[in-house]
Amino acid sequence: MSTPFYVSPQQAMADRAEYARKGIARGRSVVVLQYIDGVVFVAENPSRALHKVSEIYDRIAFAAVGKYNEFENLRIGGVRYADLRGYTYDREDVTARGLANVYAQTLGTIFSSAAEKPYEVELIVAEVGEAPEDDQIYRLPHDGSIVDEHGSVAVGGNADQISSYLDQRHRDGMTLGEALKLAVDSLSRDNNGGERTLTAEQLEVATLDRTRPQQRKFKRILGGQLSRLLDESAGADESAADASGDADGTADSAAPDATKDASDGTKKEQKPKDDA
Amino acid sequence: MDFLGEHAPDLLPGSRPLPQFQGAIEAPHGTTIVATSFQGGVVLAGDRRATMGNVIAQRDIEKVFPADEYSAVGIAGTAGLAVEMVKLFQLELEHFEKVEGAQLSLEGKANRLSTMIRGNLGMAMQGLAVVPLFAGWDVDRAKGRIFSYDVTGGRSEEHGYASTGSGSVFARSALKKLYRDDFTEHQAATAVIQALYDAADDDSATGGPDMGRRIYPIVTVITDEGFKRFTDAEVAEIARAVYERRLEEPDGPRAALL
Repeated sequence: MSTPFYVSPQQAMADRAEYARKGIARGRSVVVLQYIDGVVFVAENPSRALHKVSEIYDRIAFAAVGKYNEFENLRIGGVRYADLRGYTYDREDVTARGLANVYAQTLGTIFSSAAEKPYEVELIVAEVGEAPEDDQIYRLPHDGSIVDEHGSVAVGGNADQISSYLDQRHRDGMTLGEALKLAVDSLSRDNNGGERTLTAEQLEVATLDRTRPQQRKFKRILGGQLSRLLDESAGADESAADASGDADGTADSAAPDATKDASDGTKKEQKPKDDA
Repeated sequence: MDFLGEHAPDLLPGSRPLPQFQGAIEAPHGTTIVATSFQGGVVLAGDRRATMGNVIAQRDIEKVFPADEYSAVGIAGTAGLAVEMVKLFQLELEHFEKVEGAQLSLEGKANRLSTMIRGNLGMAMQGLAVVPLFAGWDVDRAKGRIFSYDVTGGRSEEHGYASTGSGSVFARSALKKLYRDDFTEHQAATAVIQALYDAADDDSATGGPDMGRRIYPIVTVITDEGFKRFTDAEVAEIARAVYERRLEEPDGPRAALL
């Protein structure tokens, strides 16, 4: 029996991380933003049947990029975890933190087990609270780490560029229309600075809306409603450009938030890079 | 439910060993549930009494629950088991919807409930039966439908009106005389409250509207807009109107002889 080549653990992990990251980077991105009434998920996804964003429980939703079969597996696992927990104890006892921990364990175990290939997925788990301060957004990279995010987050192909774009422009208390417009703008920029136009058909949009009277706060925004929202926000943008004096005023007042978000974002961005 | 059976079988009601026991176990029982369809939906209502032998165990129990957005279930029989069954049923519908990304058909939901009742047969033979009434809006056929069950899980679709529980005989007779197929939502709600009043009149285990304590029946309605429960104020208004009329005519509205 021949002796296998020695590969240092650092090298092995770096190879696995590289492999997973390449798989994730091939896909289109998903962005998640907080707005005044909750959290909005926007994904570029031409398919109506294969969802990138889905409901997990009353206040919790899930978004993923990467290989469909892998994150679908994780999604169903998450729904089972949440439903079982809610049935055994109480609906209130299902939290995004608990779920994110389970995902982190699963992803971490798969990443470091030599027998399996690492999952080429990156997940976002978000929970909407009673007030914007109580909203929670967790990002789970392929290696099983958890990153606690605020304001806005992007995963997938162009994640770094999109996040910095979002961090500069996102502010607290945006309306759904504003947040949606910002998300679509960020997704429609491609690598070399050009812009594409994304239509309602190419987008998958869902919200966790705290103002919904039902217990289950997750809602998909589909067809007609989505086009209407996109048109409205585009219209609002044009009128804002006309009244540029007012727009400057609001931009100034929002500036401290934006810079704070940006600095948070850059600080957090370093973690996955360290792993590489 | 299949997943639960593999993963945590002790959480499933049907899979617990039955204690050896002779005779009937004393446990709170829920009583009368009635349903009637109307143009554009279906109304499901239940009284508020739970009895344990000759004792009134609870005056304000709630026995009608939403199963999901487009259906509701009302339960008669052993209250503890029934509430657990409904909880599991709700969980299963929600779980299916999230995993598959689509709702079960109304028939599918009704069949699933049927299996769950059959799973409880062992308990039922010891006197702990659960007999629900299931009503919902069929999204595909665009109409309200009512399903009734027996203790063995036998399922039958009812047209127009249905009832279950100890006062069901009286409630059904009342509804038979009151039912019109051109009911509005409000008329249907009035008819089920009349039926519950008649059931309470003749069945000691069914509670009528409790004017003193302001405990009124639970009335829910399911239309193409989904499940809605009448507020206490809305039910109180109808129940009071029914009560006022009964002060003049204690036996309620009279049907034509021919």
